Amino acid sequence: MNLAEKLLAAHCGRDTVGPGEFINVRVDLVLANDVTAPLAIREFRRLGVGRVFDPQKVVIVPDHFTPNKDIPSAEQCREVREFSREQGLVYFEVGRAGIEHVLLPEQGLVLPGDVVVGADSHTCTYGALSAFATGMGSTDIAVAMATGEVWMKVPASIKLVYSGELRRWVGGKDLILYTIGRIGVDGALYSAMEFSGQAVEALSMDGRFTMANMAIEAGAKAGLFRVDDKTLEYVRGRARRAFRAYEPDPDAGYARVIEFDVSDLEPQVAFPSLPSNVRPVSQVGTVELDQVVVGSCTNGRMEDLRVAAQVLGNRKVHPGLRCIVLPGTQDIYLQALREGIVERLVEAGAVVSTPTCGPCLGGYMGVLAAGERCLSTTNRNFVGRMGSAKSEVYLAGPAVAAASAVLGRVAGPEEVGA
Amino acid sequence: MKLRGTVHKYGANVDTDAIIPARYLNVSDARELAGHCMEDIDSDFVRRVGPGDILVAMDNFGCGSSREHAPVAIKVSGISCVIASGFARIFFRNAINIGLPLLECPEAASEAESGDVVEVDLSSGEVRNVTRSKKYSARPYPEFLLDIIAAGGLI
Ligand code: SF4
Repeated sequence: MNLAEKLLAAHCGRDTVGPGEFINVRVDLVLANDVTAPLAIREFRRLGVGRVFDPQKVVIVPDHFTPNKDIPSAEQCREVREFSREQGLVYFEVGRAGIEHVLLPEQGLVLPGDVVVGADSHTCTYGALSAFATGMGSTDIAVAMATGEVWMKVPASIKLVYSGELRRWVGGKDLILYTIGRIGVDGALYSAMEFSGQAVEALSMDGRFTMANMAIEAGAKAGLFRVDDKTLEYVRGRARRAFRAYEPDPDAGYARVIEFDVSDLEPQVAFPSLPSNVRPVSQVGTVELDQVVVGSCTNGRMEDLRVAAQVLGNRKVHPGLRCIVLPGTQDIYLQALREGIVERLVEAGAVVSTPTCGPCLGGYMGVLAAGERCLSTTNRNFVGRMGSAKSEVYLAGPAVAAASAVLGRVAGPEEVGA
Repeated sequence: MKLRGTVHKYGANVDTDAIIPARYLNVSDARELAGHCMEDIDSDFVRRVGPGDILVAMDNFGCGSSREHAPVAIKVSGISCVIASGFARIFFRNAINIGLPLLECPEAASEAESGDVVEVDLSSGEVRNVTRSKKYSARPYPEFLLDIIAAGGLI
């Protein structure tokens, strides 16, 4: 069995499972946020069970429109807060929270070997920890909250093997954008992606979270990494329960194996309006920008802020552009403060915000007007994603974001001498 | 169950931000969501759509977010079913769970155009384009899902 099959078999009480089989899976954690929980709560009430299956395994993170951006969001957050209190759930309040997919691993709530379902498509981020994690809608999540189980179809798996050593300033975001550019936004539809090879083994955990995060942008159900020393190092000190690492069998079956030599890979940029519309930064041409955003569940982690600060150096944000930086969690914010990164960013003329999804989904804190262009370290550049349907979003990693913020146009880190 | 309606046709990779832009997710009232359905790619959709109409699209319909608000908005806007060459995974689950019928049928999807009248027999999976006098069969649902569909959704 491959990694996805091992994880799923262990959670449905079977020795083996194969692609296409329908199974009932026992979940270790259920997640919802301020946007998806209200619908899930409504469906949960309709089930009439009264209590969630295990309040310690249901996590609610209000992160999308928080701190409350308007009265309707405030009402939604109140509903979610009251439900969390009533049920005694694991709930993170503003000021002690962050973006769900950065927060949960950081807090040790997701561990290797887990099966996690979340009412958010980027739940697949936890695949970086070798957890089978996948996004679902509110009704599925309501059932999972009530019973601790969900139905799943065992996905086919695609093995992606990355060989070679990455160049300076090239990271997880570039690898995953490049991959989606090659296989397309439905290149891994209904499948599990299993990431492997020298180049991803060399990635930090933060880089792996970025890659797993965007598996959904290729249509995948999950994006999985194997456990190694870096994974164990990451969970040490965070884990408060036992966990288990699963390994794919040496003779495991895959629907496809795709190999990439990434030694010459440049930083990548996805043009509007699909994450697969990717070009190497040297082929971008002149694309002037109105805004740069660094943050989100894709690239709002400590390493991302460090890279952005390094590329920025002592340079200033271009006078024609707004630069908005959103640390992923309160802990990351604090660490960035301690390392002097926040000071550097503010001196350079950037906005540093409290952790929130905010502009990533066009919520607030940096919504785009018609005709405006933004380069963002987020994960989606669909029409209207960050504001007006006539605005444009370009996706890239933090190094390109910082260089672009300095030059006022899409640019690689080398162009600012970093 | 038989459905009959006028086609509203879209291309490939219609994402959930196109179906219901995230800026409207600060409410979860179905009627209000439906009022913004397809807004960013077809600002006229809400005005044109009639009860029972059929939405047709190409590959990977509903890609992107897990928001159940997307199938809810489509359903409450009056659309009786969606025919596409293919569906994104989470959207597919969500639609089944809330009782919005989906049919995967690449031939019917590529040949239909906006304004065509199409009939669908949900139990047999037969799709008939009345305007073009053509018949197609959609991919049958796995038996496991038929139970959920027969129950009118998961809950
Ligand atoms: S940061 Fe963006 S992609 Fe991530 S959970 Fe928030 S809205 Fe979704």
